[in-house]
Amino acid sequence: MSRRLGRIWIALGVGYAFLYIPIALLVVLSFNDSRLVTIWTGFSFRWYVALWRNDALVNAAVLSIRIAAVAATGATVLGMAAGFALARFGAFRGRGLFGAMVAAPLVMPEVITGLSLLLLFVALAESVGWPGERGLTTVTIAHTTFATAYVAVVVQSRLSDFDRSLEEAALDLGARPWQVFALITLPLIAPALAAGWLLAFTLSLDDLVIASFTSGPGASTLPMVVFSALKLGLTPELFALATVIIVVVSAGLLLALRLGRVASARAGG
Amino acid sequence: MRWRAPSSRALVLALPFLWLGLFFLAPFLIVAKIAVSEAALGIPPYAPVARWTDQGALALVLNLENFTLLIEDSFYLDAYLRSVRVAGISALICLLLGYPMAYAIARAPEARRNVLLLLVILPFWTSFLLRIMAWIGLLADNGVINNILLALGIVSEPVRLLYTDAALYLGIVYCYLPFMVLPLYANLVKLDPVLLEAASDLGARPWRAFLAVTLPLSLPGILAGTMLVFIPAVGEFVIPELLGGPDAQLIGRVLWTEFFTNRDWPMASALAVVLLLLLVLPIAWFQHLQGRATEGR
Repeated sequence: MSRRLGRIWIALGVGYAFLYIPIALLVVLSFNDSRLVTIWTGFSFRWYVALWRNDALVNAAVLSIRIAAVAATGATVLGMAAGFALARFGAFRGRGLFGAMVAAPLVMPEVITGLSLLLLFVALAESVGWPGERGLTTVTIAHTTFATAYVAVVVQSRLSDFDRSLEEAALDLGARPWQVFALITLPLIAPALAAGWLLAFTLSLDDLVIASFTSGPGASTLPMVVFSALKLGLTPELFALATVIIVVVSAGLLLALRLGRVASARAGG
Repeated sequence: MRWRAPSSRALVLALPFLWLGLFFLAPFLIVAKIAVSEAALGIPPYAPVARWTDQGALALVLNLENFTLLIEDSFYLDAYLRSVRVAGISALICLLLGYPMAYAIARAPEARRNVLLLLVILPFWTSFLLRIMAWIGLLADNGVINNILLALGIVSEPVRLLYTDAALYLGIVYCYLPFMVLPLYANLVKLDPVLLEAASDLGARPWRAFLAVTLPLSLPGILAGTMLVFIPAVGEFVIPELLGGPDAQLIGRVLWTEFFTNRDWPMASALAVVLLLLLVLPIAWFQHLQGRATEGR
């Protein structure tokens, strides 16, 4: 038995190596002095300076962060409502359709979502005159829509393994349903909402295909700029950018893990 | 909690229902409409399906040419078949690689599981495009792997690794592996070890106990993970574009070219309609699994 478990741990190690070797490579090569990214000549920070001075990348990053922040917030509100309805409302009319609309974006190929949303925006612009031009607003709406599904799943699963005796006690003690929601339910699902918001933010920041379809001239998100640069070849600035993203994400996740530990320690579990 | 007031309940439901109805469901109807319209020069580049004739009557002009072309031109048919094959093989590789990982994490001491799981998810939170770029850096003719092979004298000239089918599969498996591990882990962690002990007490060897107990019980996780990898991978655009060869004409890439390069919106829409029809059954199945997973808690 122990030898078999040993083999299982080797499989896990191979899996992690597969996942992390490319990431380690991004970090190491970002400090390479050479313009030819993959040929090591010496240690240098110069590509971080070059990244900072690259207006196209910096502007695109600012635009992407603005879109992601708004889309994640919208998706958290919509996803919370959707997750709540699916977890708590039991059987209601249209539940099948609603469940399908919430689950399908999780697996829908991006080219289909992107194309269909663009055609919707074009049809709307023709019939009601909105949106006048595509860009920040249309990409934000598109990202809100597909990220809603992810938030809904996170919220729904948090609500389904959730101890409802506290809510029932509050109701027995005379609290109104909205008070119960604001004072009991909301604080208890807050970690799921935070996780959902972060997930939505990351998904939006990372999306190339849907943004390419739904954006217009003059509004290029970070993935769109990175993609057109990649089509021309590797540049060292992109490796520096990757390293910055990896550091920020790792720091964020470590912080989340620590906060989660503190929170669960406080809750006594 | 009983939501006695129907108004607040309706409001909670109406908001996401209307949003998803408008921005997720309605667009598909428009895609279907444009798929049967003719391409035209202009903005937007398609002709209206419903037109007023000179006599003042409303005429519907349905153009099914796009669909007949899809069937007759083997280029499109091949692209569909190749996409399904690539996505299927990738899902299988993800399963073979992801199952032992999920199993090991589920059997790890409880205190370690979160960290181990986090390590699987972490790459997924960093930029997808930049991780693809890492593979370009590894596989290119002047990339890291070729540099090492040349320096060690194993090869005398660079081996073609990038823009091959192997690079395509590598990229897809690399990007979608977390989607396989997570549902498998969620399933395997709930497995009661008592069942395995019982099998062992009854004389089953570990391998046999795995086949008779663990594997059948983890089938829902296997199916959910396979769907989460297979369905999006069928329409994948970025990985074949950046890692695959010029002949890696998967359907997502073909659709992208029709739309952005040829500006043939009706053809792109027809491709999307057929892709969706192809995926309706797997998507419905996935949704069924999702529904059962949440009810079963």
